[in-house]
Amino acid sequence: MAGIPSRHRSLVLLTGVILLQVVLLAVQIKRDSQGRLLRVWTVGAVSPFQRAGARGIGDIRGTWNHYFALQNTSRDNEELRRENDGLKLQVNQLQSKAAEADRLAALLNFRQSQRNVPMLAARVIGTSADTASQTVYLDRGERDGIRRNMGVITPDGVVGKVVESYRDTAQVLLLTDRDSGVGAMLSDSRIQSPVGGTGEPLLSMKYIPTDETVNMGEHVVTSGMDRIFPRDLPVGVVAEIKTGRPFQQVRVRPAANLQRLEEVIVLLTLHPLEQKKEPAGAAPPAESSGKGLGGTAAAVNP
Amino acid sequence: MMNDAFDLRLAESHIEVHKFRSGAIVAATFLALLLQVFVPAYVPKFAVLDLPLLVTIYFGLSRRNPSTGLLLGMVIGLLQDSLSGPTVPLGLYGIAKTIIGYLASSIGARLDTEHPAARFALTMIFFVVHQGFITLTRRMLLAEPAPWFTLRLLIAAAVNAVVAVMLFALLDRMRKS
Repeated sequence: MAGIPSRHRSLVLLTGVILLQVVLLAVQIKRDSQGRLLRVWTVGAVSPFQRAGARGIGDIRGTWNHYFALQNTSRDNEELRRENDGLKLQVNQLQSKAAEADRLAALLNFRQSQRNVPMLAARVIGTSADTASQTVYLDRGERDGIRRNMGVITPDGVVGKVVESYRDTAQVLLLTDRDSGVGAMLSDSRIQSPVGGTGEPLLSMKYIPTDETVNMGEHVVTSGMDRIFPRDLPVGVVAEIKTGRPFQQVRVRPAANLQRLEEVIVLLTLHPLEQKKEPAGAAPPAESSGKGLGGTAAAVNP
Repeated sequence: MMNDAFDLRLAESHIEVHKFRSGAIVAATFLALLLQVFVPAYVPKFAVLDLPLLVTIYFGLSRRNPSTGLLLGMVIGLLQDSLSGPTVPLGLYGIAKTIIGYLASSIGARLDTEHPAARFALTMIFFVVHQGFITLTRRMLLAEPAPWFTLRLLIAAAVNAVVAVMLFALLDRMRKS
């Protein structure tokens, strides 16, 4: 730097620093290395504060809801009663729908068949620092048995998979991320096609041939072909269909609310999950009133 | 030698170089990164803000030294990359923020950037330029499809600029008097 005129030094430094980072980028792409050490340090430094913040927000919410927000309780009770009546009506309608019953049966079947699959409830404590990348941080990590490529779900449906696991934290790639994908199929026609993220709230079902019939509102479930998620877990519902050649452009609204995740369930297994066949006509057990994976959620480790 | 020439130029143009209380830059950087990954989990719309970028711009404009500005931008950018997960390679934000750190401190050395209107306009421009470099890196180096310009980008730039005016006023309090 000594021979460089002083007014050009910062420009030379800028060029050098940028070239260095371009080389860093190139090395990561070439070797598929993720600069893990720097990530481990940074995440390790930030995650205790995220965890403390998440706990603090939970406490504040609890205190507020249980002590300060009671003044509207009577009005809330009235509203809840009305809502309850409406819901009872809705439940009756839902129970009459065969398709819905099929889905619930599949979820129930999942719960029955995956009794041996250890599951872990985890709290979402942060998101990605990059607005274009759809990832969240969990408050559980390697110490709790979480490893890369484990599936993550909520009682509503598939959330994504673990892409990085640190000591006390894990990072989950959401279904909506551009790099994300899950083996899926249409629940009525059983046509299989991977569902991938687009970086936007809707997912994309990529390979549905033009001559196949797809209905708006049709459920999309996991096919089990990705060897991460078992079959028949809800992925979403068809929200948009556009004709195209040779494939239709089908957009899917995720079943799980990926914009507001608070708690998730991690499937603590790296072995491919298989769906056991339920004997025909088998009566659902008494606790089947817990719809969908809600029953599974109750069975997870605390 | 460089600093002498630099100070001479500043003295001629009567633009003041601001110093900060010890630990202020580290604390502001850490807080910006923490809020960037924490708040959107509860308030998704918060993700429109790029607090690490605002901190880079602020210290660049205030310190007015291109070398420290670009190095601070590089560090903040690489830390943001680290917190963005394996789908974001280290260097994506690093490169963009290095350039913004350099530009902000170079412009800060030539213009008076204390007025809120100047801060608003500069932040909007820097936000768009920053996104431009990220898009360029994604398209050229990572071969990823990324749009050059969207209405959303313009709205995000305006929102960040409004927040920057308030944030910069707050950060002014950390200056040594």
